[in-house]
Amino acid sequence: MKKYKCVICGYVYDPEQGDPDGGIPPGTAFENIPDSWVCPVCGVGKDQFEPVA
Amino acid sequence: MLKIKDNIYWTGHIDWDLRSFHGYSTPSGSTYNAYLLLDDEPLLIDTVKHYGYDDLVAGIRAVIEPSRIKYIVSNHAEMDHSGSLPALLELCPKARVICSPKGAEGLKRHFKRELPLSTVNSGDTLATGKNKFKFFLTPMVHWPDSMVTYLENERVLFSSDAFGQHYASSLRFAEEAGPDIVFKEAAKYYANIILPYGQLVNAVLDALAALDVEMICPAHGLIFRREEDIAKIVSLYRRWANHETGRRSVIINDTMWHSTEKMARRIYQIMRAQDIETSLINLQTTHISDAVTEIMLSRLVIMGSPMLNNHVLPTIGGLLTYIKGLKPRNRKGMTFGSYGWAQAGFKELEDGLAESGIELVSPGHYFQYIPDELELENLNDMAEAVKMVMDT
Repeated sequence: MKKYKCVICGYVYDPEQGDPDGGIPPGTAFENIPDSWVCPVCGVGKDQFEPVA
Repeated sequence: MLKIKDNIYWTGHIDWDLRSFHGYSTPSGSTYNAYLLLDDEPLLIDTVKHYGYDDLVAGIRAVIEPSRIKYIVSNHAEMDHSGSLPALLELCPKARVICSPKGAEGLKRHFKRELPLSTVNSGDTLATGKNKFKFFLTPMVHWPDSMVTYLENERVLFSSDAFGQHYASSLRFAEEAGPDIVFKEAAKYYANIILPYGQLVNAVLDALAALDVEMICPAHGLIFRREEDIAKIVSLYRRWANHETGRRSVIINDTMWHSTEKMARRIYQIMRAQDIETSLINLQTTHISDAVTEIMLSRLVIMGSPMLNNHVLPTIGGLLTYIKGLKPRNRKGMTFGSYGWAQAGFKELEDGLAESGIELVSPGHYFQYIPDELELENLNDMAEAVKMVMDT
């Protein structure tokens, strides 16, 4: 599963960690995160994330 | 204008009359610090809020003709630092503005015009003769565009808003002012501006730990140049970034007929019976920006509100909105209040704290109209939970 990086603040979503505080359990692929989810650091939406090579 | 080191001058604007900074109360005013670095190619770090332009230019002119400035570093696009940039560029039209990639976007959005921008990334350097500058991007401390600039040959860090204080003074160095007052204002600044971004602050402090820093020049307030003051402000930032707190609590409330206030005062006595340092805040008389400073320093946050049409009072509601954005961590909470006929609205108070990251550790205490002496006695139920929060 790919990691995704927020282009605004640099936060990296790691699917292995998930974002438990944001209701996303570990092991959740980025594609499966609901569209309502926002970057836990700066608050922007999924559309501001890019896959990390 | 003031020489702070060989060929390094402070200039800028002291804002004696500022009393509110977008919702942050500033009874001590503020400063917008710009720094002029003389060299083969003179360089200016930041400008000032638009109305401080005359002071900024007078300070530069006392040292060199502004037209000689070759570079203006924009550490941060917010207008308290970029506000005089377009006007200053009229005096030095051949100068380049150095900023982060997000800074370039930010400056264009703010000023709606082409600017002579040169973007830098973390680790990039710039030599202007004897001086060698290194740039470090610090996204979300506290905006996406934020960066800091390090002067390698003098070991001076121009830290932008980091380590800053809203404190107007004719003094320029922390040790001249106390320095306790400087650390106190730095705490309020951190609590109101930087608190949500602790993880990023830690990343920045890690990067800076590798540098030898003899002087920290923030964009607001006084400069840190004594080794012990630099060590202290850095360790305070670590502490706050890690959401470490002392044996301390804050009780925050508002009141309509003094009932919620009576409860607040009784809870204060419960805290004091356990020798816990406690602040008692009524939002009618204390500004929310001071309330959140206390929250930052406290392990336990106890909040009370009366019910007004089944909602918390708007003062408390406003504070809850503010705290949700500031995202304090590792703190515990309790709630209390007086109601007239329905308690459902207290959920707003409980949920508001929980959504801010403050974990409730006891059921809320709510009484109808004026609490009886027996009911006030029953507030002692809270003592056990308080002990657990403070002593484990």
